[in-house]
Amino acid sequence: MMQEGLDDGPDFLSEEDRGPRAVNVDLQTDATLQVDISDALSERDKVKFTVHTKSTLPNFKQNEFSVVRQHEEFIWLHDSFVENEDYAGYIIPPAPPRPDFDASREKLQKLGEGEGSMTKEEFTKMKQELEAEYLAIFKKTVAMHEVFLCRVAAHPVLRKDLNFHVFLEYNQDLSVRGKNKKEKLEDFFKNVVKSADGVLVAGVKDVDDFFEHEKTFLLEYHNRVKDASAKSDKMIRSHKSAADDINRIASSLYTLGTQDSTDLCKFFLKVSELFEKTRKIEARVAADEDLKLADLLKYYLRESQAAKDLLYRRSRALVDYENANKALDKARAKNRDVLQAETSQQLCCHKFEKISESAKQELIDFKTRRVAAFRKNLVELAELELKHAKGNLQLLQSCLGVLKGNT
Amino acid sequence: FDVDVAVTNPEKVGNSLPMFRSKTFSVRRRFSDFLGLYEKLSVKQSLHGCIVPPPPEKSVVGMTKVKVGMDDPSSVEFVERRRAALERYIQRVVSHPSLLQDPDVREFLERDDLPRAVNTQALSGAGFLKMINKASDAVNKMTIKMNESDTWFEDKFQEVENEEQQLRKLHALVDSLVNHRKELCGNTAVFAKSMAMLGNSEDNTALSRALSQLAEVEDKMEQLHQEQAASDFFIFAELLADYIRLLGAVRGCFDQRMRAWQRWQEAQSTLQKKREAEAKLLWANKPEKLQQAKEEITEVTKAWEARVTQYERDFDRIGMTVRKEVLRFEKEKAKDFKSQIIKYLEAMLQSQQRLIKFWEAFLPEAKAIA
Repeated sequence: MMQEGLDDGPDFLSEEDRGPRAVNVDLQTDATLQVDISDALSERDKVKFTVHTKSTLPNFKQNEFSVVRQHEEFIWLHDSFVENEDYAGYIIPPAPPRPDFDASREKLQKLGEGEGSMTKEEFTKMKQELEAEYLAIFKKTVAMHEVFLCRVAAHPVLRKDLNFHVFLEYNQDLSVRGKNKKEKLEDFFKNVVKSADGVLVAGVKDVDDFFEHEKTFLLEYHNRVKDASAKSDKMIRSHKSAADDINRIASSLYTLGTQDSTDLCKFFLKVSELFEKTRKIEARVAADEDLKLADLLKYYLRESQAAKDLLYRRSRALVDYENANKALDKARAKNRDVLQAETSQQLCCHKFEKISESAKQELIDFKTRRVAAFRKNLVELAELELKHAKGNLQLLQSCLGVLKGNT
Repeated sequence: FDVDVAVTNPEKVGNSLPMFRSKTFSVRRRFSDFLGLYEKLSVKQSLHGCIVPPPPEKSVVGMTKVKVGMDDPSSVEFVERRRAALERYIQRVVSHPSLLQDPDVREFLERDDLPRAVNTQALSGAGFLKMINKASDAVNKMTIKMNESDTWFEDKFQEVENEEQQLRKLHALVDSLVNHRKELCGNTAVFAKSMAMLGNSEDNTALSRALSQLAEVEDKMEQLHQEQAASDFFIFAELLADYIRLLGAVRGCFDQRMRAWQRWQEAQSTLQKKREAEAKLLWANKPEKLQQAKEEITEVTKAWEARVTQYERDFDRIGMTVRKEVLRFEKEKAKDFKSQIIKYLEAMLQSQQRLIKFWEAFLPEAKAIA
């Protein structure tokens, strides 16, 4: 449909968006491994991301290289982390959401169908609006895929993962087409069991104060972030609708202004020009709120879920450990298969302690990252709101100066 | 129905007009009184080609809610909307030099007890339009098409029709804006609450405080959106609605002129018929009845000649009045639009200034997060 180089095309988003655009702030980006998405292409039903790596690690054949990846391959990588027992004690960076251009595409199609019923100017204007919307969605999906990779690259253990290296370096197709029906069904049941367990586990009080506090905190926080995320989306949508209305009002005033060359008509033309400009600013305000606030909340919705998943895994390990203890006691009482039970118990104990140790650190890091990310985005949000409001103010002042001077 | 409309009388005329008893005064009027005034004026003045400002429309839905005594914001808004519209209506009436002289207007402004107006059903919103369109239909059904010696009237009429179209379109768009702003208002309030909740959950103290502050900023934004929506509506949308109605009244004027022309033409053709009848009689050979008949016919013909002359004069006079009225109207319209839109933009400007203050207060809170 549209070929989009990342930095080509209309600069719809603010300049602050160039360069590393992590919603999440990473603590350990260093020269040994740097990953970014340097380019992306949007085709009919898929997006192709160019993943660019710079590394001084000996694991890679070159110091700098790029491969092309699609969304399914990111999911494959994420799922491989989740399924890896060794990583049970880490917060697995949440998978990026699937690129969704359906709504945007539909609107563009409708526009094409309705071309005959509107003037050339109206059509061009609406087309520009929709293309800008498409571009914004596109940039967002790129950012979210990039954030995922950066999180992995910043994680001391995950960055060493072999699948990750293959993902970065192997320049052929990874052939990980979407899961087939059977696999999807298995996933479904896995999730059902997990949620039932989740309820069970949430009820068990933890001996360890730290984890008990975290559990309570995360359950509440996750729900509230979910709510805030949904509400921020609604608010921003209304904002966009209002900006669209102002756009149409500007066009209508322009038509009125071109009827004649009276004073009043000149007045209308000036006001129309003003509205054109202010509505561009309003659209940017909505877009910036989307990026700095809505996306932030969405991201922490996913991360807090990943943190909850970690707690769940730890709880399961605890349950397994407790069961192994019980089995050992039973075996000792019956004096049968004691060695087996002892080994099993030791394994469970070891697993549980390993998870607990790394989980503690992960949750502390999560908090630090979260605070830093909110700080960065809230500061940027406030600065952008101010920048746009001042821009608007200046436009209004200068326009009013002209309008009042002429009457 | 009784509604206390506190439309303050903008009598700046003061003591220059001896016809008013005192400098400033106020009376209580019902909504139906305003409609009654319009009816009286339109019957009298439109015959002269005067543009009579139309009153705001009746609204069954709005009034029922108010009658029921509901104190909700939409009823309050409805009453305010009506009050403002009636105020603008009266101001337009008194700023028109001929209408100000009209005894009905003076009575409306001064008399303490006004007899109740009847027959105002015709003046619901739909009713007013129907009236205008009926006149237009009558004009369209004219079999003799007018030969304009001067295209000013044709051109101007076309202009007026076009403008009315454009304003209707614009009004619909502004309406949509008002609705989206109200929606934004509601959604912002809901969002603010959810941010406050999130702030409560957050266990980092500084971040928690910042999130609560953000919730407060969003609350203030809701207030701003509310005011902006009111401004969109009361200043912009209502201005457009007024002028859509006024342009209808202007069209009405043009139609009145056409009717005057029609009357003149019809009188002329009747005169023609009478003259033919007179001629026929002269050629008939009935000498006994001739003298009497001849006198009768001559009387009738003379009467019609007089009528034709009168109607022609009326038509010319209406033409002149319409021209004058339209020019005056256009001047007023330009002034009105400019002043209202400037007011609207100034409200927007103030809104932005307050917005800046809110975010400037928030920024240090965000930076303080550690």
